Amino acid sequence: MSTATSTPVSAATTKKQSLGYKTFSIGKFNFERDEYFAHIYYPGNQHIIPIDNFLRSLMRDVGWGFFYGTVNFDNVFGTVNHYGTVEMFVGLFNDAYRKTNRHFVETFQSADLRKVFEAMLDDWTNEGFDPYAAPDETGKPFGPKHGSNTKALKRIRQVAKRMVGLPGDLPYRTDAEYPVNRQFTDVPQDKPEIHAEPGFEGQVHAFNAFGYIVRSDVTWNPSVVSCVHDSQFCATTEEHALPITHGNDRVEWFIQVCDEIVWDVDDGATGRPRAKVTMKPGDVAAMPADIRHKGYSPKRSILVVWENNDDRLPKMYANHELKPYPVEF
Amino acid sequence: MSQTIFGSLNNYEKGGVQVIDDDPKHYAFSNVFEVASKSKPYEKVAVGQNLKYVIEAIRAEGNSPWFAADHDEAALVMDGEVEVHLIQPDQPLVPAGKEGSVKLDAEPKGKKMGWVKAWRGHMALLPKGSAYQFRSAKPGVLLLQTIKGDFTVEKWADICQTEA
Repeated sequence: MSTATSTPVSAATTKKQSLGYKTFSIGKFNFERDEYFAHIYYPGNQHIIPIDNFLRSLMRDVGWGFFYGTVNFDNVFGTVNHYGTVEMFVGLFNDAYRKTNRHFVETFQSADLRKVFEAMLDDWTNEGFDPYAAPDETGKPFGPKHGSNTKALKRIRQVAKRMVGLPGDLPYRTDAEYPVNRQFTDVPQDKPEIHAEPGFEGQVHAFNAFGYIVRSDVTWNPSVVSCVHDSQFCATTEEHALPITHGNDRVEWFIQVCDEIVWDVDDGATGRPRAKVTMKPGDVAAMPADIRHKGYSPKRSILVVWENNDDRLPKMYANHELKPYPVEF
Repeated sequence: MSQTIFGSLNNYEKGGVQVIDDDPKHYAFSNVFEVASKSKPYEKVAVGQNLKYVIEAIRAEGNSPWFAADHDEAALVMDGEVEVHLIQPDQPLVPAGKEGSVKLDAEPKGKKMGWVKAWRGHMALLPKGSAYQFRSAKPGVLLLQTIKGDFTVEKWADICQTEA
């Protein structure tokens, strides 16, 4: 692992600063942006990521609270969630970096790193660019700093306790706040018939889940619609490409509700390709606990990501107490 | 705008796992419409398992037996039109802490709670402690979010992709 202690200073730092963006530091990491790129400096070296992909990845990392497992911004840089602390890394899950001992990892308190990430996301996101939106729905992130889009960055991941629409649980999405997405205007918004006997209102319950999901104003950002203890149906709408490559720390499942997503599945530790999974309406597939995956959705589609929220699982999979795949047959 | 494509019992197209360096069985890849097309009515076939939790694909056709569970369950209609009738039983029907849904011998005694008519895209709550029956005049497909129980049917080798 890299042990250099000095941080190289970019020769273009002065020019970057003239663009109006702030620079950010935490631990031995320094972050700068210019018109097109995010520059990441760490002891002994530097890394560069196109700013559109960096901001979209940063948005998911912030929005998900570092999510389950690893958030790979690309095949070099990312974070690992340890649920209280977070590792920020360069090359940790890249075979070449590991073999040449050029990887670098630093651990932070989740709250500390989140604070820096949120500030960076806010400062580096220009007016008109929404990192949660599909590329066809938003403006460009490039150029010198111009304005901001703070409201779009503050959307909170929505989590139902039992089921959307129950008394005291997540409310329905309405036209005023969550209009139907432009690619789902053909999805019915009708309602199930509910015939509750007196005294059982609120217990006899059903809702139009697909109609609710297609009102999502974000892509690649699951929100929980129903729970059975730790079993969570996390529904999401997907369009274009998942900005990150998500490295699992547990098994998760995908239920393709409509249209199609193609997943590239690579080994979680090395990045070596393992499979390509094409999912069509009604398809169900597991994502093993030792892989990373990136999805491509040509048309906006509905995906249910089925998660087990048991917080003991990452350690059990890491210790090989559980096999990385869900069933044997 | 492109049309949104859903699947159904009578019209589905399955994707698949294109293996590069792995075993396709690790992905337990199946299709709920294909599974339901080959199932008996109200056979609770696991299409996903995450330790004790399962999702079951259910062919809804005619009246189901009555079921009950000691935890919430959620039924998502993937195809067809299904009624869910609910009863609050006079006595608990399932031992406390028992996981998974239990098939009852007959309609239990208790108060009628009401019923729901749901169709594709609708999700119905099957509340903890209640008894429920599905009714479907024509074949449909349900996805049940629940816990693995005595009546969960596992036939992974029959439903999942096994060859590269």
